Amino acid sequence: MSQLLEIENLTKFFGSVHANDQISLSVAPGEIVALLGENGAGKSTLVKSVFGLVKPDSGTIKVKGKEIPYGDTATAITNGVGMVHQHFQLVPVMTVTENLILGDEPTSTGFIKMRKARKDAEEISERFGLAVNPDAVIEDLPVGMAQRVEILKALRRDVSLLILDEPTAVLTPQETDELLEVLRNLAKKGVGVLFITHKLREVMAVADRVVVLRNGKLVGTTSPKESSEAKLAQMMVGREVVLDVEKDIATPGQAALIVSGMSVLDDRKLEAVKAISFEVKSGEILGIAGVEGNGQRELVEAICGMRNRISGSVRLLGSDLPNLNPKAAHQAGISHIPEDREKHGLVSSYSIAENLVLNRYDEIPFANGWLRNLSAVSDNGAKLVSDFDIRTPSASLPASSLSGGNKQKTVVARELSQDRKVVVAAQPTRGVDVGSIEFIHKQLIAARDKGAAILLVSAELDEVLSLSDRIAVIYGGKIVATFNSKSADRAEIGRLMAGSQA
Amino acid sequence: MRIQTRYLVAIFSLLAFAYFYSRDGLVTTSVVYTAIQFALPLALAAMVGVMCERTGVVNIGIEGTMLISAFSAFFIGAIVQDTVIGLVTGIATGMVVGLLLALMSVSWKMDQIIAGVIINIMAAGLTSFLYSQNYSIPSTLSPIDIPIIGTWPIIGPIISFHGPITYFGILFIIGLWVALYKTPWGLRSRAVGEHPSSADTAGVSVIKLRYLNVTLAGAVGGLAGSYLALEAVGIFERGFTAGKGFTALAIMIFGRWNPLGAFAAAIFFGLAQAVTNQLMIDEVVQIPQQFINMLPYVLTIAILAISAGKVRPPAAEGIPYEKEKA
Repeated sequence: MSQLLEIENLTKFFGSVHANDQISLSVAPGEIVALLGENGAGKSTLVKSVFGLVKPDSGTIKVKGKEIPYGDTATAITNGVGMVHQHFQLVPVMTVTENLILGDEPTSTGFIKMRKARKDAEEISERFGLAVNPDAVIEDLPVGMAQRVEILKALRRDVSLLILDEPTAVLTPQETDELLEVLRNLAKKGVGVLFITHKLREVMAVADRVVVLRNGKLVGTTSPKESSEAKLAQMMVGREVVLDVEKDIATPGQAALIVSGMSVLDDRKLEAVKAISFEVKSGEILGIAGVEGNGQRELVEAICGMRNRISGSVRLLGSDLPNLNPKAAHQAGISHIPEDREKHGLVSSYSIAENLVLNRYDEIPFANGWLRNLSAVSDNGAKLVSDFDIRTPSASLPASSLSGGNKQKTVVARELSQDRKVVVAAQPTRGVDVGSIEFIHKQLIAARDKGAAILLVSAELDEVLSLSDRIAVIYGGKIVATFNSKSADRAEIGRLMAGSQA
Repeated sequence: MRIQTRYLVAIFSLLAFAYFYSRDGLVTTSVVYTAIQFALPLALAAMVGVMCERTGVVNIGIEGTMLISAFSAFFIGAIVQDTVIGLVTGIATGMVVGLLLALMSVSWKMDQIIAGVIINIMAAGLTSFLYSQNYSIPSTLSPIDIPIIGTWPIIGPIISFHGPITYFGILFIIGLWVALYKTPWGLRSRAVGEHPSSADTAGVSVIKLRYLNVTLAGAVGGLAGSYLALEAVGIFERGFTAGKGFTALAIMIFGRWNPLGAFAAAIFFGLAQAVTNQLMIDEVVQIPQQFINMLPYVLTIAILAISAGKVRPPAAEGIPYEKEKA
């Protein structure tokens, strides 16, 4: 058997959803296979089945020619399968060493040999060129570093097959490049790599072979040489996709949103936004680029009245916005596409139509004095469902029945259907498939062209680069540089996002 | 800040001890001896909490576990007229209750507060329904006179002549600390309590470990209950545990989910109670008995108010573990 991993006819249902439908694929030693697909295509389910975190319904999984049982992580590990999870599987309060040895501790007479474990940790991080401090506590580490620990955790157990589930989602461009280099080196040492992504650029850069999933089915296998980004996107979505956002040159008007000297605390009462000042003009998109956790969330919430500003002011078309008053922010003309649609964007048990008037239920025509006008609500619902291409049999169904992309389109429909002066869009396409991304981007550009000032906050640098007219880089709660989008240099912005000085 | 307060309390206690010892050595050592007796059931009960919560299971059923174990330890001991068999029964009862809690909170994924309440109500109901008078155990577990150390001044009268459960309990607490921080079991348990999916992906069975720890913790709760019935007083009454299982939760929090920390906190509780008792006996202070009885509860409230917001519980506490997520 020359194959490292062989999956045959793997099938898995979640309820009535066919997460994996008769999928077969293989990985050879030293090969890098990219598993490409939209959200909900079944990529994670597939690799979790291999690693024993999900029990498939039928099909076989063979590692080095040996069939492994369903749902048995320990066996997968002993057979040389290692996995780097999308959400880090590290204990935040423990040290790097403790995390590395968890589940496979070196002991003598029942006690953990901590000194040996620490030395082993140093040795392995040196051997694979992944420098980490073995005594550092995970929660103090930046994400790129934490991910190294995840990889080391897998390598420590002599993996022959390394699975990575969307490893680059949280990384800066530099960290991403470093990771891809690490993967190449591992492959040279004979390790088989199976990695999940929906970023076409990474696939083209590093994969030997690309396997594309759509709606739980394997739709094709190709290689970067035989393919192109456009072709891959088409395979993923099942139709042609415009990857580049088409937009006219902005015609900015007067400053619509002026933030000056604003400081905001995070949940831990630390200063997350440090005396930030910027302005967004009518008819332009200002993109905030930055690695997550550098104050973006606090910035957005403070502007929209959801979080206390400890100093500074937010002015909207010449008048001050009151602190901590989302209703006033809405009435003043701010639209807010929140980063967490489940938590702040939708009431999932309410109908789609109700969700589409969530911030206007008490305004004409949806209410008449203290009485609601339900027929106006349902008319509005039906109209927006068709205008914004929300895929649902009826607007009267609960929002929880929608897929992630359609939930997001519902939020976008609510926030962009009205003529707004300012749109604050936080991670507007997070967890959304390529088709919906294209649609949401068009809507944002359309809102800009109608004269809205748009503040776009996104962890996806590509999104910021392609949509924005101006780009501000946020690091450690401060804006460290501002670029005109024409003069913006990807590498330069990446460096600034990682905290190096301009 | 916190550490400094602790050192202050320790230094103050030592100074107070030295002062009182210089005034009356016999009474002072006997107060400390009594303090250990008050502290032990609280400390053991707090270990139940530590063992459960460190693996992510909230256990507010400690009170019920102790009550029902004390009950079975006493009555079985009385019926067969053998205190040791009573002790074994008490521990076994605790294990069964622990297993029940594990079943409800780990397998059935019930709300863990409700699961604990069920145990408490069941224990209170069963023990008062089945209670009957006119039973007595042959004798309490007899105190052990420790050779050599028992004859030392100051330390001897404090440390020597406690019952076997006391000595075993103290050794157990130290052993639990070592196990929690120095062995694979401890590392895994803490990982399961903080971030269970990390442990799961590292090949550690979250479900098995939670079952194991909650059941073993039940046995410790059984030991604490048996201590009250068989070693400390030698009787059983309705509502016999008098809220010790709840006070223990405060002690666990005060000790920051650390066995030795909780032990120190329990000693502090025991001392407070022993000193107040002695002041009453000497008629130094004239307080109605009711206020003395209130002391543990008042201390509990005070301690929880002080620690609130400053301590960090295990992150996964109270959340049933779901392995498969789409």
